[in-house]
Amino acid sequence: MNTGFKPKHQRLVLLLVAVAAMIGATLLAIYALRDQASYFYVPADIAANPPETGQAIRLGGMVETGSLATQADGVTIEFIVHDGEARVPVTFTGIRPALFVEGSGVVADGRMNADGVFVADNLLAKHDENYMPRELEGMTSDQIREEVQETVE
Amino acid sequence: MIAEIGLAALWLAAALAALQLFAGFAGARVADGNTAIAALVRPAAVMQAVLCAVAFLSLLYVFAITDLSVKLVAVNSHSMKPLIFKLSGAWGNHEGSMLLWITVMALAGGLIALIERRLPERTMMATLCAQAFVALGFYAFLLLSSNPFERLREVPAEGNGLNPLLQDVGLAFHPPTLYIGYVGLSVAFSFAVAALLTRNVTPDFARVMRPWVLGAWIFLTIGITAGSYWAYYELGWGGWWFWDPVENASLMPWLAATALLHSVSVLAARDALRTWTIMLGVVAFSMSMVGTFLVRSGILTSVHAFAVDPERGSFILALLALYIGGALVIFALRANTIAEGERFNLVSREGALVVNNVALTSILGVVLLGTLYPLLTEAFDVRVSVGPPYFNPVSAIFFLPMMVVLMVGPLLRWRRDEFSRIIKPVALVAAIAFTVLIRVAIWNDIGILPMFGLAIAAGLAIASFAPLLKRALRRTPLAVWGMCIAHFGVAVALFGMAADTAFQQERLVATSVGDVVEVGPWTGRLDSVNAVAGPNWTAMQANMMVSYKGGPEREAHPQSRNFWTPQMETSEVALLTRWNGQLYVAVGNQAEDGRWQMRLWWKPFVTFIWYGGLLIALGGALALIGRVLGDLRRRRNEGEAEDEAGHDFEEVPA
Repeated sequence: MNTGFKPKHQRLVLLLVAVAAMIGATLLAIYALRDQASYFYVPADIAANPPETGQAIRLGGMVETGSLATQADGVTIEFIVHDGEARVPVTFTGIRPALFVEGSGVVADGRMNADGVFVADNLLAKHDENYMPRELEGMTSDQIREEVQETVE
Repeated sequence: MIAEIGLAALWLAAALAALQLFAGFAGARVADGNTAIAALVRPAAVMQAVLCAVAFLSLLYVFAITDLSVKLVAVNSHSMKPLIFKLSGAWGNHEGSMLLWITVMALAGGLIALIERRLPERTMMATLCAQAFVALGFYAFLLLSSNPFERLREVPAEGNGLNPLLQDVGLAFHPPTLYIGYVGLSVAFSFAVAALLTRNVTPDFARVMRPWVLGAWIFLTIGITAGSYWAYYELGWGGWWFWDPVENASLMPWLAATALLHSVSVLAARDALRTWTIMLGVVAFSMSMVGTFLVRSGILTSVHAFAVDPERGSFILALLALYIGGALVIFALRANTIAEGERFNLVSREGALVVNNVALTSILGVVLLGTLYPLLTEAFDVRVSVGPPYFNPVSAIFFLPMMVVLMVGPLLRWRRDEFSRIIKPVALVAAIAFTVLIRVAIWNDIGILPMFGLAIAAGLAIASFAPLLKRALRRTPLAVWGMCIAHFGVAVALFGMAADTAFQQERLVATSVGDVVEVGPWTGRLDSVNAVAGPNWTAMQANMMVSYKGGPEREAHPQSRNFWTPQMETSEVALLTRWNGQLYVAVGNQAEDGRWQMRLWWKPFVTFIWYGGLLIALGGALALIGRVLGDLRRRRNEGEAEDEAGHDFEEVPA
């Protein structure tokens, strides 16, 4: 059976197939990554350059003291995330992580809705309290950014 | 005292590794591998294994008695912990896990030195020399930057305790199995480098390398399966794979090892894919090291990142560059001296295995890029995270076609074959897959990936046993059984993943005592919530009675636990297992009005994911046993009757 390539060139053909597949995989990956990676925002970024509605992003910041409220269903919470420059309202339905408290840092996976509210699918708080950012009282927005970045790392 | 013995044993082992390096090098330079100094290589490797075992046992001992004068114990342990967590806590930290790594590596090296007699002595010397070279780097890392036996000047009254998420039997199994897999691949790496250096890439060489690859791969499979189940029940999020960088770090060596496993079989059976097999040997262990680098350097977010220490990160990065770079240079210099292997037709077993290898390597590339992408963009000060929306579809593009080839490949003959010969079984399998596809496409509103997953799982489940057709089952080699069972395991795991993704149901509610909650076919009633206490935690426990489709009531006791050393809250889920799935119940916080947050999932057939993983490992184990027995028999035959015609052993891929 003639399978389309001469036995003489088999090694070359195999090499080409492998290289083509790898290049294909890489291009596909790069293309998908540009589309699917979710970018990290702090509230100031959202105010300055709002992401598209429905686009998956990550939001990081500090939970504003006094903003946390639970809705009547008992499982949906609302709070405000800020970074000293801007504020973003957030809603989350689910069991919130134990270390999630007012005044602490938080990173949320989710998307902005049409009303400018960030709908979180998932809240990440560091597993270990030692890694939690300190209270934000008296910090400049740059310092807060640093703290937020620590939370992310 | 014990800690000092451990440390001394480690230094001695490192010295022996240096001796092994030079003696092995001397041995590899002479044609027959026999010089006076080369005679030292094997004893050095064996003694190294013994010394590392001593060091590791010393560490276990100081953890068992909670010797708080040892820094590692004081930082990571606590006298109130149950003994099993004290022991497993020995490797639940950076230093201890690196000691485990080096111990496994030394044991593997000692084992080759002790039992491997089939290779030409010169290749053997080069292998042990390469093994010593790799080990030396890790000894240096351990002794210079992560000494596990460091003492404290002032002995604290009590230890800091172990991260509560790690206080689980999972820690006793998951890291050791995974490490045996990771480090077992270092043997394949050393073999590959030795084969390049001594220009000895032959089917015999592949037969020697294969059991080691197979062994490492079995442990990797078990380690990943165990880790997935552990994350599933411990983290309380109801997921079994998060595409977390650390999970990817274990998946990448597995993908490379799976490819290697198949290509080394082609080399052993047919003397083809020589260069490619060597390349994969290098890549597989490189992926282990990349994984270790990602995890241990703490540059990526993860619960596994014990210590964020730039010095350690750069040390491992330097080792990584040295070994991978070195191996690739040798590869570049020597690859063209490896003659082309046997040719084969596109439609042949080899052809199918080439597809397998290309697809696995492509998935590896996709996962690697996705895992490293956040690091790359961070260099440009852009922070991103990459998750399932990227990994699932992009890897599926390569995974699903590979599964289609997997249904057909094992039926094909080596070298050349015709599709017309196997048309009947293939048509049957295709009909089954197609029927399932149509069935779920019409009746169930599910995503495209689980839809194809279900169809392919159904076809593959049948196809995986097709190679047994027309065989005398009693006389079928164990390795063939192993292959069929492992491929069947892939179908089972794929079915579990697809079924859980497609059909899982979730309820999130705030309940008062006495309330009834329904999720899928389950009905549950919250009877009470009370406080309970364990050795180093207290918990709020929800007591529920649940029943499946109105059947007999069963108890569920999810807890929200509070550990006090270190201070931390964890969720202890309740799992009710039926043959067709699991009910997963987690309890959360109490709202201001007194209601309790509860989250319930009905996860149909989710357990099949891990049954599948275990079946894959079981298939590997059968193949390994078959191979080793076959080798022993062959060696006995050769010993008894050198002049008799050699027995023709059937060669099949593992």
